[in-house]
Amino acid sequence: MTATKETWPEAIYDLLRANGVTQFAYVPDAGHKVLIDRSLADPDVHSVPLTTEEEGIAMVAGADLGGARAVLLMQSSGVGNCINMLSLTQGGRFPFLTLVSMRGEFGEGNPWQFAMGQAVEPVLKAMGVIVLRAEQPSDVVPTVSAAITMAFQSGQQVAVLLTQRLIGAKKF
Amino acid sequence: MAKLTKLQTATLPDAVLDRRQAVPALIENPQDFLMVAGLAGTAWELSALTHESPSLFGLGGAMGAAPMMGLGLALAQPKRRVLVATGDGELLMNVGALATIALQNPPNLTIICVDNGHYGETGNQDSHTGLGVRLDVIAAGCGFPVVHVINTMDDMDEGRRLVRTGGSLAFILLRVKEGPATHDGKKNLVPHIERDRFRAALLA
Repeated sequence: MTATKETWPEAIYDLLRANGVTQFAYVPDAGHKVLIDRSLADPDVHSVPLTTEEEGIAMVAGADLGGARAVLLMQSSGVGNCINMLSLTQGGRFPFLTLVSMRGEFGEGNPWQFAMGQAVEPVLKAMGVIVLRAEQPSDVVPTVSAAITMAFQSGQQVAVLLTQRLIGAKKF
Repeated sequence: MAKLTKLQTATLPDAVLDRRQAVPALIENPQDFLMVAGLAGTAWELSALTHESPSLFGLGGAMGAAPMMGLGLALAQPKRRVLVATGDGELLMNVGALATIALQNPPNLTIICVDNGHYGETGNQDSHTGLGVRLDVIAAGCGFPVVHVINTMDDMDEGRRLVRTGGSLAFILLRVKEGPATHDGKKNLVPHIERDRFRAALLA
């Protein structure tokens, strides 16, 4: 099924659950609202709000030690909070999946968002994380599916950027 | 050299316990637990205490990771008791994790902070706790249902009980003097080897 502008967030949640993800860690962000709300309403998962995104890196690694699958949901600005903690996933070869809702790129109206938004890809790549981008609704399911396979089957560290072109620039 | 001033609110007595005795006295039989140990002293002493048990993941970097690794592990393994042992400096680096953990409230998780009041690995500088910052009060304020401070051996029995049969998320502040952690000198803490070993033992 091809996801549409209306259905892609729901499709991501269904895909993560179908692939056994049971821990959802996040710092709240409008781009992840559907996933956060669905995880809160799902009695079979742990929905874990964080105080800072780097907590989520460590939680994902701990989940893997215990045989569980976790995902980290964050905004692009949160990537900057994670840098040294990614030593853990890289050095430990932990499977790592994060979905990053992007700011500071296509059509951004808040000048504060550009510095980190533009640094997301080079920062993640510098710390050994493979970066995939979803630019339109029809990209979302195939891209997240690919990332799930790369992370949980091949043990890679993978970020899917849910781009501002996909999400739509926030209106001010 | 100018010195930092101890907080006027600092009210805890001076630490008297030696971590080389106090940590084994609290944990007793490490084979009963899944364990995550923060860098550097606690990772070394638990590694020595357990003879490099596969049920221990010890950190040599990623400072601040230990408590949240313990949360992910405790949620994934609700039938096992999970211990995190970490230093005051490591805990302070990600102190917000205490708030995150308290909200989840996993009953099978105990966080032990081996608090020597110093950054022992970097020249023994005073840490915030050594100057009077109260991690036990922070943990209680975050919502930990059980908080226990071990100042002397008289406080140890209750700590042991909480770790083993408390049945509740707990934060234990184990206050120790400055001084070396037990280190048997051969441990390397290669993270991907530790991961594979831990998972093979637990999940096979």
